[in-house]
Amino acid sequence: MKSLISFREALNLALVKEMESDPSVFVFGLDVDDHKSIFGSTDGLVEKFGGERCFGTPLSEDAMTGVALGAAMSGLRPIHVHIRADFILLAMNQIGNMMSNLRYMSGGKLTIPLVVRAVIGRGWGQSAQHSKSLHGVFAHFPGLKVVLPTTPQDGYSLLRSSIRDNNPVIFLEHRWLYDIVGDVDDERVVPLGQAAVLHEGDAMTLVCSSWMNVEALKAAKVLARRGLAVEVVDVRTVSPLDEQTIVGSVKKTRNCIVADYDWIFCGFGAELAALISQRCFGCLERPVERLGFAPVPCPTTRPLENLFYPSALTIIRAVERLFGLEEADLNGEPFYSYEQRFKGPF
Amino acid sequence: MKKEEALSLYRKLVLIRQAEEKIRQEYLKDEMKTPVHLGIGAEGISVGVCHCLPAGSRTFGTYRNHALYLTVTGDVDGFFAELYGKLLGPGKGKAGSMHLSAPECGLMATSAVVGTTIPVAVGAALAEAYKGTSGTVVVFFGDGAMEEGVFWESLNFACLKHLRVLFVCEDNGLAIHAHAGGRRGFRSILEAVAAFDCYHAGGDGSDVPAVIRCTRRVLHRMSEQPKPAFLHFSYLRFLEHVGPKEDFDVGYRRRPSREESARLDPVLRFEKELLRIGCTLDDLEAVRTAVKEQVRHGVEAAQNAPFASPMELYTDVLA
Repeated sequence: MKSLISFREALNLALVKEMESDPSVFVFGLDVDDHKSIFGSTDGLVEKFGGERCFGTPLSEDAMTGVALGAAMSGLRPIHVHIRADFILLAMNQIGNMMSNLRYMSGGKLTIPLVVRAVIGRGWGQSAQHSKSLHGVFAHFPGLKVVLPTTPQDGYSLLRSSIRDNNPVIFLEHRWLYDIVGDVDDERVVPLGQAAVLHEGDAMTLVCSSWMNVEALKAAKVLARRGLAVEVVDVRTVSPLDEQTIVGSVKKTRNCIVADYDWIFCGFGAELAALISQRCFGCLERPVERLGFAPVPCPTTRPLENLFYPSALTIIRAVERLFGLEEADLNGEPFYSYEQRFKGPF
Repeated sequence: MKKEEALSLYRKLVLIRQAEEKIRQEYLKDEMKTPVHLGIGAEGISVGVCHCLPAGSRTFGTYRNHALYLTVTGDVDGFFAELYGKLLGPGKGKAGSMHLSAPECGLMATSAVVGTTIPVAVGAALAEAYKGTSGTVVVFFGDGAMEEGVFWESLNFACLKHLRVLFVCEDNGLAIHAHAGGRRGFRSILEAVAAFDCYHAGGDGSDVPAVIRCTRRVLHRMSEQPKPAFLHFSYLRFLEHVGPKEDFDVGYRRRPSREESARLDPVLRFEKELLRIGCTLDDLEAVRTAVKEQVRHGVEAAQNAPFASPMELYTDVLA
């Protein structure tokens, strides 16, 4: 069945469907059972499934991540939720030393089906400790899968695939996506490891993660007005990475900007740029350009925060620069801001 | 304790001791390329606690895990195969000494990072409660783990949820070479734990019958009313933190007297118990001889066994 719903409703629907079909699925983490229910994504789960299958925890990210691992090793499918991805840094030992390694060290005997959901990204002055993405950090570890949905359909379908996956999956949700509305087909399956072309074009490929897709689609609209058709490729899963779709697009357009929702240095953007440079070397008309966060901690004040994050405008200016075009006059062009929320439809 | 039961315990103690003494003999040949944290002096805790566990119990441990592995599995050949890095080891050689596990025997995981298996065991106990099953989960850790935040986080959560998990602290008073006095801001381990809603008890880990009595008592209470339990057992680490040698002469601790060594050696001490309950010296010798052959065979088989093929590098990462 198709319906027009928000990203938060899509996540909620995915949780409900999986909890209905599999009694081993449960949701836990600080605040999952309170009145705010993680931006509404866990709304109604306690009422529907009871406090054993949706429960809050002490402020113990490290131990709770180990608890998720122990439950997963015992045949359950836990979903551990963090209201900010930054807090997972408290649990990196369990992620980087235990859950990513135990299958390997057991000679393949242990299976670890668990999902760590976390909210990432910009809010309203979220600053340095409430805004990190960390997908490059997680994806660095063999043994983990890392998913960054952008559309409501992908939020729904990729969360269901993540819950059904027999490996540890880190599932990162940008907080500005919750309000976005889109068509969601509840029958549609999206496997992990497939990128998606969100907008077709032949002049330039924009390889994007998470919120950067929203910015890239806006940039694509603006650039189309002056006859530039850019292609927007949403990576959707960082690990495993769909190299084929990315490489195929760049071979077609012969130009590429990587727009990653993270710092550039040693980040996922570096991985993408290396991949594209290696696999598309002979086809590229110019070096791969990279966009990402400014190389500083995220500042709180809005004027500096605006400079910290890449945006549709950053992408447009980069495309103009790479093609040697004059900067278009974009005064009066409406861009996304916290106050001017983009609600879709996607 | 009946003779038969006591001899079966003795066999386990001797197996662990002889296996580790064999490692000490062979290790300097540099064919076992894995750091070994030997548990000579600690055998009584794993053997005693595991003796009390109902079938189907699950255990978690640390890098000092040889006693636990051999107690739970009895798998001498697999044990040595893993230490020699061979394909027939339980981890195909990918685990080595510090990460031995045997999920099929309930030994779910051990870890080389202090304290890391504690919350995982609590998660396994949560799964028992979630599924409405009553399996017991036990996690062994050293006293150093109690300085890790994750220990207190785990104890707190287990107590909050009344989980059937047994925390077993194997206290040798040392974290590598650092003495307890330089690490603990609390007066006593049991006193610190007593503030939590769990059962707690402790004793001399070198005294196998005492370990068994203590463990049985808390397991009984856990079965009457589900709650976590904390057991504290002291023991003497006879060897260096890692490696096959003694280190009483390097200056950070004194060598125990002969009397102390005899009292703190769980194997020698249990031999006295065996003789007291009517076993003969011949009974003991028969056990030692049989185990010696088992260990000799395990080492020889491991030395002659094949390594994993190059393709194995890439298997077992993801399901």
